[in-house]
Amino acid sequence: MNHSTRPQKQDWDFDSLRRSYDAINDIALSELKLDLYPNQIEVITFEQMLDAYSSIGMPLMYRHWSFGKNFARDEIMYRHGLRNLAYEIVINSNPCIAYLMEENSSMMQTLVISHACFGHNHFFKNNNLFKQWTDADGILDYLEFAKGYIARCEERHGEEAVERILDAAHALMPQGVNRYPRRKALNLRDEEKRARERLEEQERNYNELWRSVPAAGARSRPSYSQTERRNLLGLPEENVLYFLEKNAPLLKTWEREVLRIVRQVAQYFYPQKQTKMMNEGCATFVHYYVMNRLHQTGFLDEGAMMEFFQSHTGAVYQPDFDHPGYSGINPYALGFGMMQDIRRVCETPTDEDRAWLPDIAGKGDWVEVLKDGWANHRDESFIRQFMSPELMRKMKFFDLHDDSKSDLVVKAIHNERGYHMVRTNLANQFDVVQNEPEIEVIDVDLDGDRRLMLQHRVYHGILAKEKDTAMVLRHMADLWGYEVTLTEVAADTDVVLKTHSAAPSRGLGA
Amino acid sequence: MNIVDRRLNPKGKSLSNRRRFIKRAREQLTEAVRKASGERSLTDMGGDDKVWIKADRLKEPQIRHSGEHGTRDYVLPGNRQFEEGDRIKRPESQGGGGGSEGSDDGEGQDDFQFALSQEEFLDIFFDDLELPDLLRKQMKSSDSFTPVRAGHAISGTISNLNLKRTMQNSLARRIALKRPHPADIAATEAEIAALLGEDDETVARRAELNVQLETHQRRSRRIAFIDPVDVRYNRFELVPQPVTSAVMFCLMDVSGSMTEHMKDLAKRFYKLLYLFLGRRYKNVEIVFIRHTHQAREVDEETFFMSTDTGGTVVSTAFEEMLRVVAARYPRDQWNIYAAQASDGDNVGMDNARVAMVLKQKILPLCQYFAYIEVREEGGREVTTDLWRTYDQLIKAGQPIAMRKVSTRSEIYPVFRDLFARDRQAQRAGHEP
Repeated sequence: MNHSTRPQKQDWDFDSLRRSYDAINDIALSELKLDLYPNQIEVITFEQMLDAYSSIGMPLMYRHWSFGKNFARDEIMYRHGLRNLAYEIVINSNPCIAYLMEENSSMMQTLVISHACFGHNHFFKNNNLFKQWTDADGILDYLEFAKGYIARCEERHGEEAVERILDAAHALMPQGVNRYPRRKALNLRDEEKRARERLEEQERNYNELWRSVPAAGARSRPSYSQTERRNLLGLPEENVLYFLEKNAPLLKTWEREVLRIVRQVAQYFYPQKQTKMMNEGCATFVHYYVMNRLHQTGFLDEGAMMEFFQSHTGAVYQPDFDHPGYSGINPYALGFGMMQDIRRVCETPTDEDRAWLPDIAGKGDWVEVLKDGWANHRDESFIRQFMSPELMRKMKFFDLHDDSKSDLVVKAIHNERGYHMVRTNLANQFDVVQNEPEIEVIDVDLDGDRRLMLQHRVYHGILAKEKDTAMVLRHMADLWGYEVTLTEVAADTDVVLKTHSAAPSRGLGA
Repeated sequence: MNIVDRRLNPKGKSLSNRRRFIKRAREQLTEAVRKASGERSLTDMGGDDKVWIKADRLKEPQIRHSGEHGTRDYVLPGNRQFEEGDRIKRPESQGGGGGSEGSDDGEGQDDFQFALSQEEFLDIFFDDLELPDLLRKQMKSSDSFTPVRAGHAISGTISNLNLKRTMQNSLARRIALKRPHPADIAATEAEIAALLGEDDETVARRAELNVQLETHQRRSRRIAFIDPVDVRYNRFELVPQPVTSAVMFCLMDVSGSMTEHMKDLAKRFYKLLYLFLGRRYKNVEIVFIRHTHQAREVDEETFFMSTDTGGTVVSTAFEEMLRVVAARYPRDQWNIYAAQASDGDNVGMDNARVAMVLKQKILPLCQYFAYIEVREEGGREVTTDLWRTYDQLIKAGQPIAMRKVSTRSEIYPVFRDLFARDRQAQRAGHEP
């Protein structure tokens, strides 16, 4: 290719970053009416990006070997050119911190700022799940506390002891979140104070349930009915880590606190899992809109736009199901597609759109519709609410039914008869709750051997993966201190399908 | 909006995570490193090394849905020809149709590739190995000095200023000499400013305060905040560093009976020894001596690559070695190691001489003498002349380490065997 026709990649400097930011800011506030946390942009090198990558994207994290493993893997992939690093990492905090890589060209920095500092930032601040479950004001302080706390534990109790607890807690992370609200908004800033108070409280009290020495003059200890016992222990409990933190008889206070830390981190990330598609869609929609407007106003030249389209189309590329590069539905592609489609339906609806999406068809004010969607939905409900037949046709979605035995059957395709089913099952596919085994603590054998009983409610006959489950149960038994059993029960018939159990490998308290 | 340049922040934030990870994977890494040492060519070894390790202990299990049971629906993009009701053969391996599956972390990671730095590699590689009689000799003292902290000094360069000590002195002096505190002066000034009246009492008070203020100000002018007598510098003393050097003599028979395979084995052994010495000594030199019926000092290339014809007279190599030692490596300045590789052939009449030279000259000179008898793979078990000669010396209490090696994979175990830590005890007492 001739050099004169090829758009030159421009280097950025701090002035150009500021100019880009201001230009984007005008458009984002006046036209998209975004509502943002204050932004903090941090420029980092690729090595620092790898560092941030390996500790689940957070600038501060406690120490654990698994982050070292992530780093080793990412580093190899990166150095071999198998994987590109993300152009940016953005943190749901107030102020909203975005990391930009120094290697990015000037255009890329503009793209990334509009994507992260405006798109993601707005989503973090306004989406209901984030508002309800995460504390953007406190997260960095909390992680600072967590890092320090765990480092102090390592000094006092040895790296190995801490590692054992963390390994076990990490294994239970998916079972360490509350899926349904029951408390007031979190305030992570106060966690440190509360940690201290909890410790004092626990030292003052002991749990009546675990008393094994008969009280003077009393008969044996009281035997509780099942209902009483369940009430005392707050069962059933879906948050296994919470249950262990509060009730595991043999854990030491610092061990409980470590479980709590892991649980808080899991909870903080839970909304991200549920809104991955929307979050990326929102950011991609915002950067696409902003970049085009910047081109119209003359801020970006043709060369920069060419470069932009190249990287934008790369990000929203959706390989077909039989393409070797297919690895699931690309959340960027689907999210961006849906949001562009919503704008189309608002502005130029067809009769079909009027029939399928009567609330928004022809409404005109697409900014409000989108902002409302971003605020009040998660991936699953967003698809149920806004997926149009037009987009299903465009993506050529079809529904493949698998009964694990006979041939696969195409149950529905993108036609009049199939739209409903495709949409419903696509929404289910994005439903985190349906895609993770539903596990609850149901009972404890208080009179006998103190066995902890858990239940997996099995839908559609989908059992838990055996080998991993066994490993997780071992971790759980180590935390609990006694035997743990998990029964897999069919949700519709209550028939027991399978039972796993594990005994503690060695006493954690030892 | 706030832009922060973090590029100059310290790198390697995750180094301690990496250390934890290596510790965790130590067992597998050790195995992988040892395996790698048998497979890869010697020039690669100790470079930037990638090893594959099993992910067993590195697995992070979580309870997930199994892909093998139950009924489910996948919604997939990119339908071209399917109609409702079409049946598709189940793909051979599971996961082809997985919508949200298969992309999970922790899935399908049976093996794990991992790049070790040279330091880490060798650390694991030579774990538990120890050099006998380490660091016994010292290099001529002229070589190097290391500055060592040695208290404080009242003179020095500004870069060595000890701020804490200086400020302590300053504070002590200011208290001792009653230098007025700036806050006191400010208070006096404020009080004067507040005295507005013109009655006698006020005027008198004001005069009194003015005097007081002036005294204060004079004192604080006279008594410096930091006086030259306060200043302290960190003092360093130059301590001569014992620089340890080692020379390693590689002796090899290159007569026609030595095959390429045998030389490869020898080369591997030498390489290991070199890497190992390099980790213990700052300065390691190698001398290559090859021999047939006559011996010559050569460079590495010639040593390994070219063959020679002629008989085999082992003692010539020892004599060449003695010559080199006398010429270049005074005994009091060098740690001398010798490793000999041979197929065990020697001219019958030379054996007595070999025994004599070894016992009287070579062994007293060396920290360590190792003999590796290399053989063809699957060769018959024979006791060679040289082996028998050395065996007699060993029985007579001479410190010779000797082993037989016939395959590549034996090299490392033999090497470990020779340098395992507990061997030291055995060797204690030998040589002053």
